[in-house]
Amino acid sequence: MASFYSKDGYPMRLLLLLALVALALPAYADGDAGADGGFIVVQSTTSTRNSGLYDAILPQFTETTGIQIRVVAVGTGQALRNARNCDGDVLLVHATAAEEEFVEDGYGLSRTDLMYNDFVLVGPSDDPARVADTTSINAALSAIADSRAPFASRGDDSGTHKKERSLWAGAEVDPSGDSGTWYRETGSGMGATLNIASGMNAYTLTDRATWIAFANKGDLRILAEGDEDLFNQYGIIAINPVRCPAVKATPAQTFIDWLLSDGGQSAIAAYRRDGQQLFFPNAKPE
Amino acid sequence: MNGFGDAFAAAFALIVGFDADLVEIVGLSLRVTLSATLFACLLGFPLGAVLAVGRFRGRGALTVFVNALMGLPPVVVGLIVYMMLSRTGPFGTLGLLYTPTAMIIAQTILVTPIVAALARQTVADLDAEYYETLHSMGARAGARMRTLLWDGRFALMTAALAGMGRALAEVGAVMIVGGNIDHVTRVMTTAIALETSRGELALALGLGIVLMALSLALNALVMGARLSGARLAHA
Amino acid sequence: MLRLVTSSAAPDSTIRLERISLRRGGRDVLDGLDLSIPRHGITAIMGPNGAGKSLALRVMANLVRPDTGAVIHGLTDPQDIALVFQKPVLLRRTVRANLRHALAIYGVPRRERRERLGELLDFGRLAAIADSPARALSGGEQQRVAMVRALAARPRLLLLDEPTASLDPQATAAIEALIRGAAHSGATVVLVTHDRGQATRLADHIRFLHKGMLAEAAPADQFFLAPKSPEAQAYFDGKLLL
Repeated sequence: MASFYSKDGYPMRLLLLLALVALALPAYADGDAGADGGFIVVQSTTSTRNSGLYDAILPQFTETTGIQIRVVAVGTGQALRNARNCDGDVLLVHATAAEEEFVEDGYGLSRTDLMYNDFVLVGPSDDPARVADTTSINAALSAIADSRAPFASRGDDSGTHKKERSLWAGAEVDPSGDSGTWYRETGSGMGATLNIASGMNAYTLTDRATWIAFANKGDLRILAEGDEDLFNQYGIIAINPVRCPAVKATPAQTFIDWLLSDGGQSAIAAYRRDGQQLFFPNAKPE
Repeated sequence: MNGFGDAFAAAFALIVGFDADLVEIVGLSLRVTLSATLFACLLGFPLGAVLAVGRFRGRGALTVFVNALMGLPPVVVGLIVYMMLSRTGPFGTLGLLYTPTAMIIAQTILVTPIVAALARQTVADLDAEYYETLHSMGARAGARMRTLLWDGRFALMTAALAGMGRALAEVGAVMIVGGNIDHVTRVMTTAIALETSRGELALALGLGIVLMALSLALNALVMGARLSGARLAHA
Repeated sequence: MLRLVTSSAAPDSTIRLERISLRRGGRDVLDGLDLSIPRHGITAIMGPNGAGKSLALRVMANLVRPDTGAVIHGLTDPQDIALVFQKPVLLRRTVRANLRHALAIYGVPRRERRERLGELLDFGRLAAIADSPARALSGGEQQRVAMVRALAARPRLLLLDEPTASLDPQATAAIEALIRGAAHSGATVVLVTHDRGQATRLADHIRFLHKGMLAEAAPADQFFLAPKSPEAQAYFDGKLLL
């Protein structure tokens, strides 16, 4: 030990060791390494990622094409902004109006319907607002506003949040004035908002896929569903390589074509959780 | 939630099962955190020494600035790095966004002020002891800083550890610039955030326990090295 | 006003302090001090606590800038002057690394360092403890390392601030041997000491300071036979000087 120290090398060696460990740790693909066909970045939503859909269908695509899909799952609002910054090759979100605007502004090549599921209104099983007795989502939301029962809103400009605001407008209620009282904006993702709703026995609007996959339901259960206003359409957009020269247009189109093909559509339909189908493919055949 | 028992069971199952995904995530966490800590030390130690020993205009202001940077929220650092590395940002052509390299850059920015501020204090304390000796030897500023940094090496490990702790625990910056992409940029903290958002609280807490064990092991390793080294050097 | 004069105009003295004054904490710790250090031999600076001995040494070493006065010497290179403190401050490294560090600071070319290091270890009888951590050594050994480190610069002026004040007789003897060796090889040595025995053993010249001024300057044998100044007489009689 003395000679080890005497060379003045002891801490220097430790630092060196640290450096070597840091650099020798498996160098995960920083660039185009990895799968043979390279990779593309998909800007998408937490709801699709959290449901487990990607884990189920993407390996099938990578296996046949060799193209690796890197999914960045954020709120629809952030996904749209990231895509406008050209930080992705494909956009897969659920806010049809905003998607069409994205294409009109020249950031996307075209928007295609991919699949749908639906939103459900969940809340505490004792249902203080008597939502279960209502027959439409409009009436359900009015009942919540009238009883001033706690409602957890995403409040994050996501697709779900956009949908929720349009539903309040349909019910002719403006809850924003009551923000902080019974109307609580979490500013978080769907999962975090469900955790909060579960924690304080609040009502909230969630997409069915996230709800089924969500493990911390607590006392929450579905209280309103099936209204055609709760329809949740997902669209897919290839980002415009003219606007964003770094876009990998060819593999991006390959991915979109596959999702819209019979193979991709049946893979979406085949994904089940707890025996329930989470997404319903509805690409229109060309 | 099913309580802490389930969390420990989940942690135990993950570790004992040597879960392949877990190994990958832990490996990436280590790679990102250790690299960021290393770069932060390479930048922060000399910066701290300059702030401690240097005599130049604006030194006080710079010291206050570096100390203030310690309080930077990780999310803000993540946003700044995101805007730099975004395709439309100044360094967009490098294609670094959503890579481990981007995460290392963000964490280096996050950790360097901590390392620099703690190094400044360590070097300043040592300078008080060495000042007359080194000046009477005619050592110039550069040689004095090198001497002080080397002789403060064991105390500086504490600065490195503090920086490493912050890097290992932070989620905001790596989430934004890494994107939490499975098998590419998913690390311990972003995996915990993901499992929490899935409502898998026991699994999230289990991962948290694994992270704590990792942090504990790293700290014990470095402190052990520091103690045995310091004993030999009588530092 | 302070004048820092570099000249070799004083052939018989290595360094001269002229009318040096320095106020610290509202008190004149050096009060118009005139001091001339002969080129050859060992000069002991003596005097009661607070006389300004250590401060005068630091002024000579350029560690402290006086308020007024002139420091006149012919030493152009900072390495011409070396300083050893009462309490040695060694680096947190081995003895060998301490000396190697000093040689690097003194600008000794890399290829010469190994040889010089060997010489220094021999000279200080440090070979047996060369690879020990310097801070683990006894006080006497640490001071020996500090002496050798100072001599590594091959200084023309060696300034020693009570280098044996906290050492036992054996360690003191070892340090004194090194001091004699340095003087022998031609360095001008200035030694601040309270130890009359040590001054008698080593010093060729005495400078007695009192209240920041020079009270007496004399050859050592003459001084110890019969100090002329009342301050020195009182000091050696064990009276409290006020």
